[in-house]
Amino acid sequence: MSATADLKAPATGGQLATFWLDGDLYGVEVEHVQEVLRSQKLTRVPLAPTAVAGLINLRGQVVTAIELRERLGRKPRPEGTDAVVIVVRLHGEAVSLLVDSIADVVDVDATDFETPPDTLDGKARELIRGAYKLSGQLLLALDVQKAVSA
Amino acid sequence: MDGLDDIVEEFLVESHENLDQLDTDLVALEQEPNSRERLSSIFRTIHTIKGTSGFLAFNRLEEVTHVGENMLSRLRDGELALTPTRTSVLLQMVDTVRSLLTSIESTGGEGTVDVSAVVAAITGAMEDGAAAEAPAAEPAAKPAATRVRKTAAKSTAAKAPAAKAAPARKAAPAKKAAPARAAATKAPAAAPIADVEDVAPEVPVTGSPLAPAVETPLPEATVPQPRPAADDEEHPQQEARRGVADSTIRVDVDLLDELMLLVGELVLTRNQIVQYVGRTNDTDLLRASQRLNLIASELQEGVMKTRMQPIDHIWSKLPRVVRDLGLQLKKTIRLEMEGRDTELDKTLLEAVKDPLTHLVRNSVDHGIEASDVRKAKGKPAEGVLTLRARHESGQVVVEVADDGAGIDSAKIGAKAVERGLISADALNRMGPQDLLQLIFLPGFSTAAAVTNVSGRGVGMDVVKTNIESIGGTIEVESQPGEGTVMRLRIPLTLAIVPALTVECSGDRYAIPQISLQELVALDAEKAATAVEEVGGAPVYRLRGELLPLVRLTDVLDLPSDRHDGHLVIAVLRSEGRRFGLVVDRVLNTEEIVVKALGGQLKSIGLYSGATVLGDGAIALILDVQALSRRALRTETTERQESREAAAAALASSDRDRQRMLLAAIGGGRRVAIPLDTVTRLEQVRTEAVERVGNREVVQYRGAILPMVRLDRHLGAYGETDREVLEVIVYSDHGRSVAIVVEEILDIVDGETAVRSDIDDMGLLGSAVLGDKVTELLDVRAAILAADPAFYDVPLNALPTTDAVAAPLLEV
Repeated sequence: MSATADLKAPATGGQLATFWLDGDLYGVEVEHVQEVLRSQKLTRVPLAPTAVAGLINLRGQVVTAIELRERLGRKPRPEGTDAVVIVVRLHGEAVSLLVDSIADVVDVDATDFETPPDTLDGKARELIRGAYKLSGQLLLALDVQKAVSA
Repeated sequence: MDGLDDIVEEFLVESHENLDQLDTDLVALEQEPNSRERLSSIFRTIHTIKGTSGFLAFNRLEEVTHVGENMLSRLRDGELALTPTRTSVLLQMVDTVRSLLTSIESTGGEGTVDVSAVVAAITGAMEDGAAAEAPAAEPAAKPAATRVRKTAAKSTAAKAPAAKAAPARKAAPAKKAAPARAAATKAPAAAPIADVEDVAPEVPVTGSPLAPAVETPLPEATVPQPRPAADDEEHPQQEARRGVADSTIRVDVDLLDELMLLVGELVLTRNQIVQYVGRTNDTDLLRASQRLNLIASELQEGVMKTRMQPIDHIWSKLPRVVRDLGLQLKKTIRLEMEGRDTELDKTLLEAVKDPLTHLVRNSVDHGIEASDVRKAKGKPAEGVLTLRARHESGQVVVEVADDGAGIDSAKIGAKAVERGLISADALNRMGPQDLLQLIFLPGFSTAAAVTNVSGRGVGMDVVKTNIESIGGTIEVESQPGEGTVMRLRIPLTLAIVPALTVECSGDRYAIPQISLQELVALDAEKAATAVEEVGGAPVYRLRGELLPLVRLTDVLDLPSDRHDGHLVIAVLRSEGRRFGLVVDRVLNTEEIVVKALGGQLKSIGLYSGATVLGDGAIALILDVQALSRRALRTETTERQESREAAAAALASSDRDRQRMLLAAIGGGRRVAIPLDTVTRLEQVRTEAVERVGNREVVQYRGAILPMVRLDRHLGAYGETDREVLEVIVYSDHGRSVAIVVEEILDIVDGETAVRSDIDDMGLLGSAVLGDKVTELLDVRAAILAADPAFYDVPLNALPTTDAVAAPLLEV
């Protein structure tokens, strides 16, 4: 219950940890983010859903890594570029998201918030809560809960 | 201490803790007398002690807690207000309880601790309150006096406190007086009453006139009496030994879990370090790592021990179960227990409690015969049920053995077929040991009648599921006439398990050691000949037995990176059947710490978790049960597919190629039925079969479907008491009949058949189909047997009966 409340909170302002993914700027609520790591060794999981990139050894904890590009229906990350790992903690369980690169923590204002644009395609639409109109850039607010339930 | 029962000891530990808590609670209660919560907690504690003491026959303890409870319940319900007096008597009660416990601990009995004083004091405090409550300002003299008189009248025992109460009120020296009197045992009966009457008027008029008075007898109750019975020899012993309560502490299980987790991490780090150090030549480092190795192992063992409890904890309830059930079923049964101090992890203990009880009930109900039956068989009238527990190679083995009738594997097989749990064909392929395992199938029960004990067909499968959910296994051994042994193998602990690490397609996987039976390595030359195929499925002949092989690469849908033809087989056992898992390489056996997988991966159902290996790499832990189930399922899906194919073939009704449906009709006979005369394949429950005249019919899609049983029609010996009938539905011109066969076997192309004109009634001849002589069914005759009027209308319209039979003859 409280998690749902947490997820709604940023719509009325708050802080988002932002990152780049295939040219777009996304943000997740800063309170969900546990840590950000450079590229990690991934252990693949045969037969897993395609969005599951593998498992990461996070100081002895086994953490599932979700490839956010796949999850959002974007093209795979170009060869030779390493993903950045954002570890989020939801309901006490750590999950990690693979993104292109990390950006700043941004204070967002509820007045800048708008529901997802109609042009957003199906797969991504479910995972995007809406957009904040920053100066010169749109910040897409990721529904982290849905994003990790691959 | 030796004389003390475990239960009593536990009771003492628990009670001592509770009493300390009570002290705190009571004092705190004085600060906030209206705290209902605190009162309830106190009440519960006293209630618990009372309940247990009554159960353990500590009568005085029960008596004192009983009155205390009475008072507390009234306080809790708001009938009484908490006054300092009442707090004092309650504290006094706590002290009395404590001295009783001390006595129980040292002598095993209540000794000579006198409780009457406290009982009276509490009773008094209760009544006094009732009287004093309303007129708060009124002089307390009278009520006090009447109270004392009342109590005195009630029992002589009550006089003692009254007597002490009196001098106590006078001043400080009374404190000395009280113990003195106590030592002199009971005060004379009548005299003190006068005393009190005299003194009472002097009591200052307050809300709590008796507070100091009652407090004083308190030391009297505790000090002199604890162990008068204990002779001098015993005393030093008691000093030396720590009290029961002092030698143990209670620890939150969560805290232990946390510790266990940390130790798990330590073990991993240890593995890592040992691995690294192994590559260096630094002797000091080597020595340090060896020490670390040792300490980590001991620590792990130590932490594991904190969670260990003897299996007797759950066994202790079973004698009662056996006795009651034995009486109910009129069987004489002796329960024997071996290895009751075998320890296992607390959580595991909880998990095996119900399955174990179920197995015991099962043995009493089904296993052990009634006395007269036993005598008739030349066995002693008394049945013996033996529970055995022991540690065996890192596992706990628990056996439930009876010397009863045993399980007739043939009967089991027949029942399973009858229930439609397996096919008759599959039954023929099974050995006696496999047959026994059938009792674990869902929906299986051999009890002739459903009793309230067992026989509902739920149970064994649930037992199995429960045991497997904690990583255990269950097996059954039985000698008809001699008895049955149910054997549970349970891991010592869940968190750290010994496992085999294997490599497959470059990744590492862990297989819990508990399911591993042996490893077989075949070189390329041997592998080429030793692996054979049965119906497309690879098998290996392991000491004469066929071992079905499952390639891990196939299951995981990965390419194998083993190209040299060598074959490594891990022989695994799960759900009572063995199979060989073909892996690329076997790496190591090591202890692994099981980590749960995220929710996204649980649905795959192939991994029971993951672990971090010594070098920091992650390995998935294979769920052997799921693997074997997957391997089994392919067998059934193949069957399913052939059926679907049959249905598809029907839909297309391709008349160009003559396709035949092969069916068994019992007695080893097979018939071929032209596929194009078949509309549907159905299963009909036997109880759905009704009769019209001397014909059998079944309701089907809103119509009445006449039935013909091919086995009877063709004079074969089919099984009669099947629950589910395999039915071939044939429809023409809006009429349908149901042809009952024993089993649908296959669909074959008719072209390959070799015909012969050896025939019989109801047949058109025979042919060799699929390497076996198969009879060709005269469908028309069969249908007429079911429904004589079937062809009435079409007979006039259609040219001849050859319309049906012709395709067959063209073969």
